[in-house]
Amino acid sequence: MATTYFTEDHEWISVDGGVATVGITNHAQEQLGDIVFVELPEAGANLTKGGGAAVIESVKAASDVYAPIDGDVSEVNGALEGDPAMVNSDAEGGAWLWKMSIADESQLAGLMDQAAYNEHIA
Amino acid sequence: MSANDGLKQLPLKPLHEDAGATFGAFAGWSMPLSYADGVMKEHLHTREQAGLFDISHMKLVLVTGPEVSDLVARLCPVDPQALQDGSSKYTLFLNDKAGIIDDLIVTRLGPNRYILVVNAGNADRDVSHIEKNAADFDCLVEPLDFVFLALQGPAAAELMAKAGFDLDDLYFMQATEPRPGWFVSRSGYTGEDGFEFGAPATDAEEVARQFLQDDRCRLVGLAARDSLRLEAGLCLHGNDIDETTSPLEAALMWAIPKSVRQEGTFIGADALRQAIADGAAQKRVGLKPDGRQPVRAGAELFDEDGNSAGRVTSGGFGPSVGHPVSMGYVRTDLARAGTQLLAEVRGKRLPITVSALPFTPPRTRRG
Repeated sequence: MATTYFTEDHEWISVDGGVATVGITNHAQEQLGDIVFVELPEAGANLTKGGGAAVIESVKAASDVYAPIDGDVSEVNGALEGDPAMVNSDAEGGAWLWKMSIADESQLAGLMDQAAYNEHIA
Repeated sequence: MSANDGLKQLPLKPLHEDAGATFGAFAGWSMPLSYADGVMKEHLHTREQAGLFDISHMKLVLVTGPEVSDLVARLCPVDPQALQDGSSKYTLFLNDKAGIIDDLIVTRLGPNRYILVVNAGNADRDVSHIEKNAADFDCLVEPLDFVFLALQGPAAAELMAKAGFDLDDLYFMQATEPRPGWFVSRSGYTGEDGFEFGAPATDAEEVARQFLQDDRCRLVGLAARDSLRLEAGLCLHGNDIDETTSPLEAALMWAIPKSVRQEGTFIGADALRQAIADGAAQKRVGLKPDGRQPVRAGAELFDEDGNSAGRVTSGGFGPSVGHPVSMGYVRTDLARAGTQLLAEVRGKRLPITVSALPFTPPRTRRG
């Protein structure tokens, strides 16, 4: 059973069996508008919590996506290169951005759950 | 000025609020950036049917009087004698170094009446520039407080006809005064057929609401206005042209008739003639990123040997062409269409190709 956490910067991170999957929230894609390009991290990249990991470009502007925790990128969602608009249609599902290891489990405790995130964007 | 944020508010603001507008600051105005549909749909709808834009932030200035043509010939590199009543022309205000103070549309309404439409961001500067020079001539300068709207796209003419405007005789860059207090010009900033019209606020709102009852017409915000003009290869003053760029560098010499270049007495004429004699070191060009990643304003350009080649002044995604589009300045030796360059985006150098402008073919109504 996966547990999903949220960051103040509107990333979601779903943890299942020691692997974390990261994306941006539906609220974030609504704010960004039509997404035209996604720049993903390299597989194997070492990410640091709060550091820029990906860039999402909408018709309006380029926005950074930050790593919610420390860890190494194990896989990226290559489908987004050909179909960046999937981030608009399925931000919290099929349009995940990357999967990563969890270097420090304790960092997850500092993130929000769904209820807290809903309040954050209210 | 509104009391809350210091921004000027559009007279038709409730109309935009009703359509779910997201507002943002632009040139001192609170402007609709996009509506519920989003930028992409607004852009595409304009090219497919018709988009209605509120451009009341732009300034209309009426200049009249026995010597007004002499004023126009000093302010702009145009020949007023060649400008017939009811015709409009894209032109420039130049400084004495031939740098571009602003770009504008001048329309001759009658023998001694002209209307100038200038950019919002330069409005104060432009009005004082006009007034300062007008002091030397027998003429009157009247900045107007109009609501100014643009209806753009292939359905624009039918929508105007349906609203009771008979504009069949009007071609691209022609203008008329169809009703008291109205000014309509067949022009725009999208590359499509369409109209820009100024009117008193109540009249304009009534007509706008009438347009919007027709499914072919939707409100379109500033964000899509920017992607539409970029695809159409049109300059945004402050980005693509400014007081440091000459019309020669900006590839806008088409707007200045040969006789005016040679004999004109407009402000900046001597500097422009010198610039023509010297040749331009850089040129404004279209740029097409080879990949999918937009290359936006501010990106530095390099040639294939890694030498500085220029810079991007506008860039984004072109919804109608389906790929990113940019515009910028490159060294004159690199300005030929097809030249391969590199653009630096977030530390990476991406391939980008010098490309002919416009990116989308113009569909204006030409005679």
